[in-house]
Amino acid sequence: MKKEVQKKDIEAGYAAYVKPFTPKPPYLKNCLWAFFTGGSICTLAYLANNLLMEGGMEEKNAQTLVTVGIIMIAQLLTALGPFDTIAKTAGAGVIVPISGFANSMVAPAMEYKKEGIVLGAGAKLFTVAGPVLVCGITAATAAGVIYWIAGLF
Amino acid sequence: MADRKLGKQTVYFENGPFVAGGAAVVGRKEGEGPLSEWFDFRLKDDRYGEKTWEKAESKMLKEAMMLAMKKTGREKSDIDLVLSGDLLNQIMSSSFMARDLQLPFLGLYGACSTMTESLLLGAMLTKGGFAHNIVVGASSHFCTAERQFRMPVEHGNQRPPSAQWTATAAGAMVLSEKRSSIRVDCGTIGKVIDAGVKDANQMGSAMAPAAVDTILHHFADTGRSFADYDLVLTGDLGFVGKAIAADLLIDAGMDAGLVKSRYDDCGAMLYDRERQDVHSGGSGCGCSAAVFSGYILKRLQQGDLNRVLLLSTGAMLSTISPFQGESIPGIAHGVVLEVC
Repeated sequence: MKKEVQKKDIEAGYAAYVKPFTPKPPYLKNCLWAFFTGGSICTLAYLANNLLMEGGMEEKNAQTLVTVGIIMIAQLLTALGPFDTIAKTAGAGVIVPISGFANSMVAPAMEYKKEGIVLGAGAKLFTVAGPVLVCGITAATAAGVIYWIAGLF
Repeated sequence: MADRKLGKQTVYFENGPFVAGGAAVVGRKEGEGPLSEWFDFRLKDDRYGEKTWEKAESKMLKEAMMLAMKKTGREKSDIDLVLSGDLLNQIMSSSFMARDLQLPFLGLYGACSTMTESLLLGAMLTKGGFAHNIVVGASSHFCTAERQFRMPVEHGNQRPPSAQWTATAAGAMVLSEKRSSIRVDCGTIGKVIDAGVKDANQMGSAMAPAAVDTILHHFADTGRSFADYDLVLTGDLGFVGKAIAADLLIDAGMDAGLVKSRYDDCGAMLYDRERQDVHSGGSGCGCSAAVFSGYILKRLQQGDLNRVLLLSTGAMLSTISPFQGESIPGIAHGVVLEVC
């Protein structure tokens, strides 16, 4: 008797079959771009930070100002359009720093504005950033609890 | 009543219905592609003077239908029925088009397979004597599909090379019992085929088995093969899906030379792969709708194509099904158009 083919066998077989047809993302190129763009953003931010401190600003204030500056630039670039074009090449280099967070807030805000300020932009503002925030905060809380328990002994 | 069933999945028509003509309206990027000159109207701005992307898509579909009526010398009052669909929730573009058009309307959802679905149903209704003139069509818009199925347009994410670009396009055809130069010869209704692909960035490989299944059933039902067609054209498998479908067809015993020379895909034709940065090619209802209603109809009318098998291919996923761990079911419906 012929053995009946299982659905998962078909799935696995087809996945293996289509693999050679499916182009892979250029991982190395993406990583290098992310390294250089992300690194450049951080270097420039540090430069700005040092210049502000040399000008007499307190370290805490300088750091906040630089962070806000990056957010502002990212928001502006998103609103005017070039951010997604830059991110196409730069990838994680601009997504992982706080510029990516700014983009993930402004993009839905622009997109859902047409459905109203409250039920459109208001409701959808965190569609991209929301899951990251929830999981990030949960993970941070868990780590904090573990750290606290470990400190008891 | 004559039996119009052929084999398992195919219906055939004799002596009509006829495709009186059609029209295609495309967005800016599509208008800069290799098929540009075959489209009837190319938008300069994808917003099309509307406040929202959804309304712009709806207007494109309406314009394609109005143009198709105008080109075939028909008034709105000559049309008995409109059949159309799109990708949006509750087929918003089509419903809102029908609100403006004020004609009897049946909305369809077949994801990106909607063009041949509407064509096939329209042909059956015309042949059955339920309507004299039917307008069929489908539309999609990059910005409406993107925000519904993926991310906000301005979000800076990296698309993998297997991802496809939803075409901003609409196509419409006028079907009629009145004789014209193109007739609908037969059609094959597809089954939903799921090969287990879960990645929404691999639509081509998800839909290719459905397209191949319908093509093979079509050949089995009609006793035809690739040699009987000048062109077999799938809807939106893109470059990746096209290569897979061609390989599967050859594997199923089709002549490799004929598959190479006579099989193509609208998603692989709509954009310039090198110049337009669309990764694996076009997708969306409008992709096949515009290529069939613009390019293919004109080539049939000019007489450089004689008989074609058109298959719009649809990925029947919903906005929530991938999150529930479901794979992407595919479907393809085939329609044969022939010069007479």
